Amino acid sequence: MEALIALVIGVLTAGGVFLALRGQTFPVVLGLTLLSYAVNLFLFVMGRLAIGVPPVISAAAEGYTDPLPQALVLTAIVISFGMTAFVIVLALKARAELGNDHVDGLAHEEDR
Amino acid sequence: MNGFAHLPILPVVWPLFAGVLLLALRRAPLPVQRGVSLAAVLALLPLALALIDATADGSHLVYKLGNWVAPYGIVLVADRLAAWMLLTTALLAGFALLYALRGIDQEGRHFHVLFQLQLFGLNGAFLTGDLFNLFVFFEILLLASYGLLLHGGGRLRVKAGLHYVVINLVGSTLFLFAVGTLYGVAGTLNMADLAVKLAATPAENAALVQAAALLLFGVFALKAALLPLYLWLPAAYAHTSAPVAALFAIMTKVGAYSILRVYSLIAGGDAGPLAGLLDAWLAPLALATLALGMLGAVAATALRQQVAYLVVASVGSLLLAFGLGSADAVAAGLYYLPHSVFATAALFLVADSIARGRGRLGDAFESGPAMPNARVLGGLFFVAAVAVAGLPPLSGFLGKFMLLQAALDTRLTAWTWTVVLATGLLGVIALARSGSLLFYKTHGRDDAGTQVAPTTAALAPAAGLLLLVAGLTVWAGPASDFAAAAAAQLQAPQHYIDAVLGEAAAGDAR
Repeated sequence: MEALIALVIGVLTAGGVFLALRGQTFPVVLGLTLLSYAVNLFLFVMGRLAIGVPPVISAAAEGYTDPLPQALVLTAIVISFGMTAFVIVLALKARAELGNDHVDGLAHEEDR
Repeated sequence: MNGFAHLPILPVVWPLFAGVLLLALRRAPLPVQRGVSLAAVLALLPLALALIDATADGSHLVYKLGNWVAPYGIVLVADRLAAWMLLTTALLAGFALLYALRGIDQEGRHFHVLFQLQLFGLNGAFLTGDLFNLFVFFEILLLASYGLLLHGGGRLRVKAGLHYVVINLVGSTLFLFAVGTLYGVAGTLNMADLAVKLAATPAENAALVQAAALLLFGVFALKAALLPLYLWLPAAYAHTSAPVAALFAIMTKVGAYSILRVYSLIAGGDAGPLAGLLDAWLAPLALATLALGMLGAVAATALRQQVAYLVVASVGSLLLAFGLGSADAVAAGLYYLPHSVFATAALFLVADSIARGRGRLGDAFESGPAMPNARVLGGLFFVAAVAVAGLPPLSGFLGKFMLLQAALDTRLTAWTWTVVLATGLLGVIALARSGSLLFYKTHGRDDAGTQVAPTTAALAPAAGLLLLVAGLTVWAGPASDFAAAAAAQLQAPQHYIDAVLGEAAAGDAR
């Protein structure tokens, strides 16, 4: 299972980096989203993978999974969700102000 | 428990409370909003002074949130360095806000809310003793800074803002990767506990820990605008509104602070896989940043762009001091830090008045019409330029002198002297050239458009910031003594660790 998770994180990161380096704002936003998915998974598995064990103390438990990464990843998800919402609105505003969806706002006569 | 025990958390919750209050007051009359915002910022000053007073004897004020003992709970730690940064932030924010009250706060919505939340993030980042909390406070100050940067809108501002937001989102992702790796190896995120655990890392994990620590350094270098990660800064700072650019003078210093704080703890000892980790990177990169930042200032085509490059150069000087690593060098850096913050912020404010005074040309380096009230404006520009270039008699000279003196007994003496002195000369040339072009090489005002004469209210905040620089010069003795004491405290991370984790031992005994 570790190898599979590592592969998933790797593929998500690679896709995220590739898309974040594109020239249009929409792929860049998608790339940032994929990167945040990758890092959320990564944070989550940093508590080591465990199946069917509780994070909170209980008398019947045979073992425990680390609850801290779960709390961290919740925080990270909330933050990355807010950031994604912000960057989408900003991309729309840039599209309206710059007249195209290139990240550098190309081909505007005043900039030359 | 006396009221004093809650002192470390007050600078964090106070701006948050003020920000929420201002959000509720968003339909209130403008003078009420401005009054609340200004009062909230001014109230940070006595808090910062009280923290300076409380930490001056070298003690660490450890505040346990929810009274959970470290390393299980989250702590805020106030020491000399944190108090020093808080005082700098409070003073800078007061003058930046005074400038904004002239009407820039009405160019968009929620300026005062964002301003307070920005201070919430900054103060939190300076006080936290937990690496993940540092990430959260970084996100708070960044999200507020996105809003402030874009405040007022405009095509170039949106374009620069998009780059700023995207690169900082990538930086946040890398921060989380680094934090996750450190947690995966050490099993803790409390910085003091991390220092203990990482020093005892088994050899098979050494490479992993080093990779995570260097990734974290990359993130901090991005925030601090260290070469080669400074390319976002000039456009973002040059195109935002003046009070925001002035406030952002402290933003790059948050990155520098984080490098100093985190690496003095986790790489401060002589043992462990992280000892001396940044020696090979920080000082050489800082030298290159200083050189390229100053070259950028020489090549700039507009005044605000030039000041933005001077911010890059000041980060170079600062991180050079931190990178040299000796107590004297760090002390020189800590003395130079508030100076460079105040001086560049003052120059941003003066540049805005100059741009308004030149009408259509703005702050572009082109021969233009004579400015109204040019004598006062020119005088302020001259003093700010002397401060930024590090000429005597102001504190920039003293800071650089301390840095050069501290460099004498390090292995980078020749490099430091050459680069610092050469960039000092370049800075003088760049600022003298822009000053003579803007103020002397003038012609008639037939094609100028609307020229706005600077009012006293517009000039007073810049003058106030320059008075702070003068104060830093007059009281250089006490200021450099405090900086030296803060540096000495950082050189002995064991006290920090004992102060945070000693509480845990005492708690167990109870």
